Amino acid sequence: MKLPRSLRLFTVLAFGYAFLYGPIFLLVIYSFNESKLVTVWSGFSVKWYGELLHNEKLLEAAWLSLKIAFVSATLATIFGTMAALVLDRFGRFRGRTLLSGMIAAPLVMPEVITGLAMLLLFVALETMIGWPAGRGQTTITIAHVTFSMAFVAIVVQSRLRHMDRSLEEAAQDLGARPLKVFFVITLPIIAPSLVAGWLLGFTLSLDDLVIASFVSGPGSTTLPMVVFSSVRLGVSPQINALATVIIVTVAVCITLAGKLMTLKDDGRKPKRS
Amino acid sequence: MLRPAERNAPSSPRFEPWTQPGNTPFIRVQGVSKAFGGEPAVTGANLDIYKGELFSLLGGSGCGKTTLLRLIAGFEVPDDGRILIDGIDMTGVPPYERPVNMVFQSYALFPHMSVERNIAFGLRQERMPRKEMNERVSQALDLLRLTPLSSRRPDQLSGGQRQRVALARALVKHPKVLLLDEPLAALDKKLRENTQFELVNIQERVGITFILVTHDQEEAMTMSTRIGIMNEGYIEQVGTPREIYEFPGTRFVADFIGAANMFGGVILRLDEQGAAIQAPDIETEVEVAHAGAGVAGMPVTVMVRPEKVRISKTAPKNQDTNRTEGTVVEIGYLGDMSIFHVRLDSGKVMQASQLNLHQDAEQKITWEDRVHLSWHPSNAVMLTL
Amino acid sequence: MKTNGLVARIQGKPDRWKERWGQRLVAAVPMGWLLVFFLAPFLFVLKIAFSESRLGIPPYQPLLEWVDGAVLQLQFNLANFGFFLEDPLYAAAYLSSLKMAAVSTLICLMIGYPMAYSITKVRQPWRNVLLMLVILPFWTSFLIRVYAWIGILKNEGLLNNFLMWVGVIDQPLPLLHSPFAVYVGIVYSYLPFMILPLYATLERMDLTLREAAQDLGCRPWEVMLKITLPLSLPGIIAGSMLVFIPAAGEFVIPDLLGGSNVLMIGKVLWNEFFLNRDWPLASAVAVVMLVLLLVPFMLFQHYQARQDEAEAR
Repeated sequence: MKLPRSLRLFTVLAFGYAFLYGPIFLLVIYSFNESKLVTVWSGFSVKWYGELLHNEKLLEAAWLSLKIAFVSATLATIFGTMAALVLDRFGRFRGRTLLSGMIAAPLVMPEVITGLAMLLLFVALETMIGWPAGRGQTTITIAHVTFSMAFVAIVVQSRLRHMDRSLEEAAQDLGARPLKVFFVITLPIIAPSLVAGWLLGFTLSLDDLVIASFVSGPGSTTLPMVVFSSVRLGVSPQINALATVIIVTVAVCITLAGKLMTLKDDGRKPKRS
Repeated sequence: MLRPAERNAPSSPRFEPWTQPGNTPFIRVQGVSKAFGGEPAVTGANLDIYKGELFSLLGGSGCGKTTLLRLIAGFEVPDDGRILIDGIDMTGVPPYERPVNMVFQSYALFPHMSVERNIAFGLRQERMPRKEMNERVSQALDLLRLTPLSSRRPDQLSGGQRQRVALARALVKHPKVLLLDEPLAALDKKLRENTQFELVNIQERVGITFILVTHDQEEAMTMSTRIGIMNEGYIEQVGTPREIYEFPGTRFVADFIGAANMFGGVILRLDEQGAAIQAPDIETEVEVAHAGAGVAGMPVTVMVRPEKVRISKTAPKNQDTNRTEGTVVEIGYLGDMSIFHVRLDSGKVMQASQLNLHQDAEQKITWEDRVHLSWHPSNAVMLTL
Repeated sequence: MKTNGLVARIQGKPDRWKERWGQRLVAAVPMGWLLVFFLAPFLFVLKIAFSESRLGIPPYQPLLEWVDGAVLQLQFNLANFGFFLEDPLYAAAYLSSLKMAAVSTLICLMIGYPMAYSITKVRQPWRNVLLMLVILPFWTSFLIRVYAWIGILKNEGLLNNFLMWVGVIDQPLPLLHSPFAVYVGIVYSYLPFMILPLYATLERMDLTLREAAQDLGCRPWEVMLKITLPLSLPGIIAGSMLVFIPAAGEFVIPDLLGGSNVLMIGKVLWNEFFLNRDWPLASAVAVVMLVLLLVPFMLFQHYQARQDEAEAR
């Protein structure tokens, strides 16, 4: 028997989303489990959240991660937007292929390779010019800027591509110089994509384990590194609690960003009839 | 039907500055060429436009009309040639320093600014004192009946309102030339017709030179003082709507504007009175009052507009040139008139149109009827290109 | 004449020059950053892959060395690559990585395509919500999403408990620390990367094409096979590469879910680096991995560029 089309559609989506969200929901539910055995339900409790607040090592790592994420997301947004502008607005020039390759590569590059390569660069730079002295917050930030800016560039570029170019021409036509056109017209119109790009860079940085492991030094342990070493030892209800905190925070941020992105279709190219 | 409007633009009863030899053109396009990636868009364009004109660039898509407009605006740099506005060479002057403003096809209203701020945008760039600026903006709002909408955002406006905002935004700068890129294309038919007249009105009131790009010949005919017809990057002909329609210079123009019957032939005789032409499709000799240069034996094309062709069941009296016979194969009833497609004995199909003056015509012409077609020598044009 | 235009451009007002230099500056910043911090590092990987391991900091011999303070000696060391031939472990790790990445990509495609297609069929306010829901897990911590599966798959985990409770099995299945767990982890983590480009191409597709095909006598499955599928090929390639390339070098998933039973090259590299502290060998592993992934990457780049052009139109 053939299922009606709408039912087939519903089934596909229901299974798909169940697969995507099931594990996350289980994780959240079991963060409220009283038992130390994560997978055996014994009663509702928020004690793991309390313990989380007293885990000095974890809090310290979280603070470091947040600092790195903030700085790297901000720098990545600036550089990534510049790269997007160059790729979308400057036409064909020598080096365009190279730039677009260097933007696309970090999106897919296995993290172990990026991490190793970055570390070797930092070591070589240190022996050659003495900077960066040692590894830690600075090197992790640089590494995160590098791969985050690729993501920012992709997001911003897609917004730029859908922007009506005649808006910029109109501003020039009315007497605004190119730099002014950018700040008064282009930037406000693509602003939602910058916000989205920044948030993306922020979470990518907050989430990165592999690259940070390579380029960090003694005394600079980020949150994912703490989580990883704890997870390696086995499942712990504290990690469930931490995961829930992260998931809720991210969900709130993303919903806000999504609202911003879809707020208005301002400045889109007119639909051709 | 095309009814070329005789325009009585600024002041003088007949506004035809191009006929007075002492006048210097306001905008001069001299030998301008532009190619994109080896693909020529505009080739060797020469154009003189006078102050106060409403000049139309008319052509199909990809004919180069928009490129020429963008060259005048400064968005494109010509590969060759130069453009002068009010006697000043504009080569190398960026768009933001040209005394030229543009109404974009998409209107390009800044979505994050209110109507008022959109209109004030250009004046802000000039750092105009606030008092004067407000005055100018409110004048512009008034002129285009936008005052009640001044605090709205573009996405809260209808198509016609957006068009008026775009116009106000450009006019408020008091440009020497206003460029309009298909300004009416996004409007529906009824609104478009009303706006055509409104645009002409505004142009006459502000006295600014308008250059308008359009693919709509009716629009160009009704609004313009003169029209430049473009085809494949070349300007084919420049003239008043009447000149373009009645005396096309090339086969392309004849075909592009309105309907045309064209047939090939060879010149028999040629003098000041006109030419006599031997055309294989037409039984009799063809006399043409409006003939250009040529010599006997030269191959030419004769063009007659369908409404200039008389159609009758009986043979026309006292006429032994410019007539032929055929069979009606198709009738197009358009309400105010009918178009008859008549197959000549040579196999060629000619069109003749007739006004439907009476609700029921006494002498009805119908399918398969044998009819006579004739026209006056002064209603035919000889084309050599 | 071309020269006229050139002269005109040179004579152009200084503003155009300023504009041009401004553009160069804007281009130079991201370009410079990526050259120094993204491209240059790979040169060091290449360099160190050819140098000899030693005890010390940094733990490798320089390639160029002053011998007796006078002769510049180039020590070109292929020994690191020799390892690959001597020890079958490396070849096995590469093959197993490529296989696991390929199979995961295929599974992602099989789940992702129907999902992306179904999303395009949903009406508008909901379509955006569904799309958002695809993106959302990608934003939550990757590590945590992998971690969630440990609790589900382990011997006394939720899945085994459930199956035993239902009575399908009476012994817990060894789900964790198996290739199965790694497949689940990769598919789960990378599914959004597959769905998004697929959705982008499917959404842009002209609906009338499908209608025209039906009108010309195609059955729905024929329309799918002859129209929709071929036209969504760029999306399929982009999505597949976004999954395949990083999955082939994945470390976290095989480490946490695969345990010692699953051999993947990302893990080998990690272990060479962090446990054996053999930087040159780790670099050599990376170089070979890069070479293997070069073709898929070019494919990705090619289709990406084509899609960009299509969108720009």
